Amino acid sequence: MTTAALTSSTGRRRTRRRSGWRGLLYIAPAMALVIVFFVLPVLFTVWMSLHKWPLLGQPAWIGFGNYVRMMSDARFMTALGFTAHYTIIVTIAIFAVAFPLAIFVEKQRPLVSVYRTIIFLPVVVGLASASLLWVWLANVDSGLFTPLMQRLGLTSGRLNLLATFDAAFLTIIAMVVWKIAGFTMIILVTGLQAIPAELTEAARIDGARRWQRFRYLTLPLMRRTMALALILSVTGSILAFDQFYIMTSGGPQNRMISVVYYIFNQSFVSFNLGYGAALSIALLAILVAISVVQLWLLKVGDDRP
Amino acid sequence: MRTRSEIRARKAMWDRLAYHGIGIGTAFFFLTPFAVTLLSSFRPNSESVTPPLPPWPRSGLSFDAYRALDGFGSGIWQHMFNSLVVSIGTVLLTVAVSVLAGYGFSRYRFPFKNVLFVLVIATLMIPFQSILTPLFIILARLGLNNSLFGLMLVYVTLQLPFSVFMMRNAFDAVPKEIEEAARIDGARDLRLLVRVLLPLVMPGIATVSIFAFLNAWNEFFAALVLLSSNDNYTLPVLMTAVRAGRLGAINWGAVQAGVAVMVVPCLIVFLLLQRYYMRGLMAGAVK
Repeated sequence: MTTAALTSSTGRRRTRRRSGWRGLLYIAPAMALVIVFFVLPVLFTVWMSLHKWPLLGQPAWIGFGNYVRMMSDARFMTALGFTAHYTIIVTIAIFAVAFPLAIFVEKQRPLVSVYRTIIFLPVVVGLASASLLWVWLANVDSGLFTPLMQRLGLTSGRLNLLATFDAAFLTIIAMVVWKIAGFTMIILVTGLQAIPAELTEAARIDGARRWQRFRYLTLPLMRRTMALALILSVTGSILAFDQFYIMTSGGPQNRMISVVYYIFNQSFVSFNLGYGAALSIALLAILVAISVVQLWLLKVGDDRP
Repeated sequence: MRTRSEIRARKAMWDRLAYHGIGIGTAFFFLTPFAVTLLSSFRPNSESVTPPLPPWPRSGLSFDAYRALDGFGSGIWQHMFNSLVVSIGTVLLTVAVSVLAGYGFSRYRFPFKNVLFVLVIATLMIPFQSILTPLFIILARLGLNNSLFGLMLVYVTLQLPFSVFMMRNAFDAVPKEIEEAARIDGARDLRLLVRVLLPLVMPGIATVSIFAFLNAWNEFFAALVLLSSNDNYTLPVLMTAVRAGRLGAINWGAVQAGVAVMVVPCLIVFLLLQRYYMRGLMAGAVK
């Protein structure tokens, strides 16, 4: 007891001696990186967005000119619409696949960890690698899907999966679900495992059927976890770029240009750096608005236990 | 006459069969793309233009596809080297910076501590995709445009919110008494950190390293924008040239070989260090 008291009093004195500016030395490298490669760029984006900023030559102040231009930019509106469409469809698809998978691998059974690992494997490879892999699989002449469909007797023709909008869109959705479902699954599994077994047991004894237990017990208790998975899926999808750039190069008919892809084109293909910055600010505003709405929904969900 | 236990056993058997049937089917769906690409990448040129059914080479193992891949850009070894330099550099710098910061945030009191911590974490709120244009200009002003080191610094910054959070928690979990004992023995500051505390936070460092490695190895968008000369391309950027094809004709063998080169290291790292990866995922998700 005396020893404990002694240690804690020494401890307090030592801590006090170590307060002050010394701690700042330890965090200085991290802060330097954050300031140079994060804070400055964010402020700089705002500044640039108020200029006509070519790659070469002097930037010229044009106030809100870029923002005015944005409002009547039909191609930007198309990109916004496409990104929203993609985000909604891909999020629904991911949940539709990941939720059953989560229920499937939730309980401890023989081999379950093997299944879990295999389903999770695509998560750790890059989106660019996954896109390249699927471009090949979907290729009409040397890919896998066309001969597979022919052998199964589903088609006799040539399936050019990346040539029409609908087919290419479906292929990209399938690729992303393959790549991401394991991640969403693991998040949902943690939520499922947090549900106390006694609750399910009690419901079972009370005569609740499997579907009823799922509908009135599992789903409500999963609200927070599902909200988290939803936020991650939505914000990730809004930033989609790699798959459209690699798999279809924005085609067919330039209809697969996402918002980030459009910013890339304006900034680094056409070199309208100021306009690109204004578009980035718009993207940020959209993301912040969506996060606020989602956090609010999460809070509303919290009120009901 | 069947007993009740016999019926139950039979039901359990069917249940098991159905379970593993679904399990194997699902595993097959998630594994096939990898398996087909890896196997196909060893087919000779003559076979690479035909559909991969069966996916394995029929006329002997061949490295044609890898040789073809080597014909793009500055050669595959150069680009693999670039990717490795950036990824390993990112890991080392991320660990160094986040260990120091984690220790500082965990053990010291100083002005604006909470504000600064929130600032580091806030990096998560703003996606780097939206600040690439100014990053491009700032790197140019620093003389780091088109440089692997510049790209590395950007990757380290992207890793910081997760890594600093992770390391602060790791240091918080180390009992203060251990530190006090070492201090009484005369160890202090950096020596105390390196000799005494570092071994204790190794699991945290492992987690931070895996995430830094995989993210740097796989990153495509920033590398595409910030690297402008052929010699400096990392693997994912090189692959856009392979995918585009020469004169419109795509060498699918080279694409398969490239995918294999990019994917296999990730799978190996993950399978070897799964435990630490999952720990990081949970910490990131629950937060």
